[in-house]
Amino acid sequence: MKASAAGYARAENLRHAIEMLVASEGEGRVLAGGQSLVAAMNMRLSAGDLLVDISRLNELSGVSQEGDTVRIGALTRHAQVGADPIVRARVPLLAAAVAHIAHAAIRNRGTIGGALAHADPAAEFPACALALGAEIHVEGPEGDRSIPAEDFFEDVFTTALEEDEILTALSVPAAETGEVQLIEEVARRSGDYALAGLCLVRRAKGHRVALFSVGPKPILATGAMTALDAGDVDGAVAALTSEIDPPSDTQASAAYRRHLAGVLLRRAVARLEGDRT
Amino acid sequence: MTIQFNDPDRPNSYIGKTVPRPNATKLVQGRGRYVDDIALPRMLHVAFARSPVAHAKIGEIDLDEAKAVKGVLRVFTGKDLAEVCTPWVAVLAHLKGLKSPPEHPLAVDRACWVGEPVVAVVATTRAAAEEAASLVMVDYEDLPAVTDTMTALDKDTPVIHPELGDNLAFRRLHEEGDVEGAMAQAHKVVSARFRTARHTGVTLEPRSILVDWNPAEGQMTAYHATQAPHMMQTVFAKHLDIPESRVRVICGDVGGSYGIKVHVYPDEVATAAIAKMMGRPIKFIADRLESYSTDIHARDHEIEAKIAVDKDGKILAIDVDDWTGIGPYSVYPRTSAIEGNQVVNLCGGPYDFANYRAQTTVVFQNKTPTCQYRAVGHPIAVAITEGLVDMAAAELGMDPVEIRRRNMYADDAYPVTSPAKMRFEGLSHHASMDKLIGMMDYDALRADQEDARKRGKYRGIGIASFIELTNPSPFMYGIGGARISAQDGCTVRMDPDGSVVALSGVTEQGQGTEAMLSQIVAEGVGVNPSQVRIVTGDTQVTPYGGGTWASRGAGIGGEAALQAARALRDSILEVAGAMLQADASTLDIRSGQVVDGDSGEERMPLEELGRIVYFRGDTLPKDLPRELVQTRHFITMEYPFAFTNGVQASYLEVDTDTGVVTLLNHWCVEDCGRVINPQLVDEQIRGGIVQGLGGALYEEIHYDAYGQLLNGSMADYLVPMAAEMPDMQIGHVETPTGESELGAKGAGEAGTAGAPAAVMNAINDALRPLGAQVTEMPFTPERILRALGKIED
Ligand SMILES: Cc1cc2nc3c(=O)[nH]c(=O)nc-3n(C[C@H](O)[C@H](O)[C@H](O)COP(=O)(O)OP(=O)(O)OC[C@H]3O[C@@H](n4cnc5c(N)ncnc54)[C@H](O)[C@@H]3O)c2cc1C
Repeated sequence: MKASAAGYARAENLRHAIEMLVASEGEGRVLAGGQSLVAAMNMRLSAGDLLVDISRLNELSGVSQEGDTVRIGALTRHAQVGADPIVRARVPLLAAAVAHIAHAAIRNRGTIGGALAHADPAAEFPACALALGAEIHVEGPEGDRSIPAEDFFEDVFTTALEEDEILTALSVPAAETGEVQLIEEVARRSGDYALAGLCLVRRAKGHRVALFSVGPKPILATGAMTALDAGDVDGAVAALTSEIDPPSDTQASAAYRRHLAGVLLRRAVARLEGDRT
Repeated sequence: MTIQFNDPDRPNSYIGKTVPRPNATKLVQGRGRYVDDIALPRMLHVAFARSPVAHAKIGEIDLDEAKAVKGVLRVFTGKDLAEVCTPWVAVLAHLKGLKSPPEHPLAVDRACWVGEPVVAVVATTRAAAEEAASLVMVDYEDLPAVTDTMTALDKDTPVIHPELGDNLAFRRLHEEGDVEGAMAQAHKVVSARFRTARHTGVTLEPRSILVDWNPAEGQMTAYHATQAPHMMQTVFAKHLDIPESRVRVICGDVGGSYGIKVHVYPDEVATAAIAKMMGRPIKFIADRLESYSTDIHARDHEIEAKIAVDKDGKILAIDVDDWTGIGPYSVYPRTSAIEGNQVVNLCGGPYDFANYRAQTTVVFQNKTPTCQYRAVGHPIAVAITEGLVDMAAAELGMDPVEIRRRNMYADDAYPVTSPAKMRFEGLSHHASMDKLIGMMDYDALRADQEDARKRGKYRGIGIASFIELTNPSPFMYGIGGARISAQDGCTVRMDPDGSVVALSGVTEQGQGTEAMLSQIVAEGVGVNPSQVRIVTGDTQVTPYGGGTWASRGAGIGGEAALQAARALRDSILEVAGAMLQADASTLDIRSGQVVDGDSGEERMPLEELGRIVYFRGDTLPKDLPRELVQTRHFITMEYPFAFTNGVQASYLEVDTDTGVVTLLNHWCVEDCGRVINPQLVDEQIRGGIVQGLGGALYEEIHYDAYGQLLNGSMADYLVPMAAEMPDMQIGHVETPTGESELGAKGAGEAGTAGAPAAVMNAINDALRPLGAQVTEMPFTPERILRALGKIED
């Protein structure tokens, strides 16, 4: 199929991009890495948009550390996230997640901001953001605001972003000494979206567990977290399987995904324990 | 003079060697020419409004909005095209009882599957044509959809084509010996239910056609990504009422076919009909969604089968009940009954046993039509046979290799006729098995498997012996009345500078046909392969032939090329004899030089001979024949098919918590007769194995109960990808066919035939200690966990 866009403009700076979004009266659509949007356009799942290309806004790209917080610009490509020394040292979860996302060509173009804004329930980064307790920074006509990851993801492909807002960055608490961050997933083929996936973070304050591909949005498994804090793995698995309501599709049934979530949690915990010894 | 194939030091010894592919440079440099690369003056694009429902009566069609789209020139309905194009009925006389209704290029009264073309929109760009196609308003009056194969013949299931009486397209029962009696007396009877999923071929280049009609000449030229240019020439000529001599089908580079591009598709015929009506070149390139909803599907079978063995593991009887749903039409002109028919012909293939019963039931349903796809019926028959043999072995506590050795036809038993009435000229099951066992180091692998099990890992070894049907004679299609050529031809000529051009009726789909032909012609004439230019895929230029299907290119097309090349050699030597005043039989041609046959002494370069013949023919004797061009055609006569054989093995690990299968290694030993180019054959086998592994682990077209296609993209129809593929080690045994001098049989489908069964057996070998078994392909993680009883609903 041939894509049909109503228009295309390249933004010169962030303000310009927001102005164009405002002027488009709801028809505007941010184009970042294009790895989800262009595919959707080519299948005419998305048509008639006025594309606002932000991909050249260098100010939105790159990783920096300010005190105990690591800030990652929205336009940082998946491959850059995976290779960045600060990310690898202080947010290893994100670096590990990159290996599970798509294929090299896509990782070279796709952006972390695009992945968060797109909010595919099967995507890795949104679940990572949740597990890490990240803040998502956005900018709109009225200025900027920050949204905790827990409030950002609302439904399938739906976030707290307003129509004329742009996601600018993500900030994450840098890992403290002794903190462990793990990701586990099962996909049919390498690079495919996961059938189910799980992020586990263990901090001094306690465990955090986030899942993806088991519901309409990434899920923070608070019941499982509490049980893990109490050292009860079986309880955590039991809590987890009742906390999620996975979908059925041509790849796997809800029952399979639920089973898998439990397996992934056990595997992640086993790795935690492996770390301890 | 015959070629001493066994002597590697013979002159011009190109047959049997890996020579560079003549078209590789072009393709790697991006200088190939695929249909979509061609743009003709005044060219237009066609897009189709396709049925969104599985079964409906076509009511009012409102084209106003579509016609208003900028760039749209004309819009055609089924009724419009029916005026210039006759419908076709895909039956074959030798498939007794096969029925199918007439099919038109665009649906006329009823739409019968999701994706069936209903309205054609012609515009200056594909984008405009698509835009307009999306605005075509058709009043679809829903009719009940038939989607389940097993209930298609039930009394309360609606009949899709009432004029045909029922939903049965074809049924064939074959019985040999006394199956009931053998089952009753057997030591063990094992039964199982198998399922193979609906697949499609997923060619990298989608179906593509560009048709030009020149009314001044009354000539149609179709640039077509096809496996069978001459067949398509005949089809266009017949249904659009043009003499065959005025239809030229040109097939340039093709990006993969796998059987997908050997059929007649309504949208492609519509494109030709529209070109004729509009007098302008019309291009149609399918997009990926169109590929999934309209390329032929295949392999949608459900099978109940039984095997009876005595206590020594000898097979006493095999009984197979096969069902398949083929969509609403049998596909023209090969028909959709062949796959089921092949299952009947091929089950039990490697084994010497007496009592055999097999029935195939082929039903209509409201899904995309199915037809022949790489290894037609083989993966199904091999899965049934090898699955049953392994289950019997397990039941007897016998090693799976041992049970096969006890039942395979002895290597000196040939010629022999199987209980399915297939005639085998010469096979090498035991030699192939011995070689495989050596290559894989079977005992070491068993030890590794046991060791892994101690560490809580479930690994399995799966073996699958198989036969493969290649080099078909007219028994496959021609005797049934189809104008599908089983013979093939080649013209070889020498140009003045001594270089050689060969025109062949078989085609290049990316598999290396031209490399294979170039080395045969080079050896046959006596020149270097680089001096040979191969031309294929042009019905106005090449000898009439069948093209590429059923692994026939090397065996049939290659032999025609060899005979034509040898004939040209003789013509050249006759002229050379006159020029050199020598007896032609004492001369030979080596590396482009006429030489003395005994001493090898150079007598004259071909270039000099060419100069004399073409420019100074006055100096040669008046009555000397001087045709430096020769054509030969070849057809197999003694056997309906040249069967090949082989055996594959898979080693894999099953994660019993997630159900994920990891392929660790794969082996294949096969016997395709004379190996012309080892690298091409090995890569054909590997490519075929990968397609078979796709069927075993990933590929499955999903429909809902209403006949809606649920996965029409590469994101959710999973094809095998490099990261998951194991190492594939290939070995050969060579039993040349005596039907030709070349002795080559086909190698294109063997990999696909055996791989799914090998994987199934390996998974079940891994799961056996846990008491689980899978027989429904693809073996998804979920199906494996369900077999293990690990998922509660
Ligand atoms: C074959 C394939 C496999 C894939 N597999 C995976 C996988 O396994 N896991 C995974 O997580 N992803 C996968 N992806 C998706 C990939 O990671 C995308 O890159 C990512 O989801 C979107 O990022 P992008 O920069 O390409 O966004 P785009 O495609 O440009 O945009 C996506 C959406 O987000 C919006 N958007 C983008 N950036 C912003 C912003 N800064 N502010 C506001 N809105 C914005 C766009 O308007 C659009 O709606 C896959 C993609 C492909 C093609």
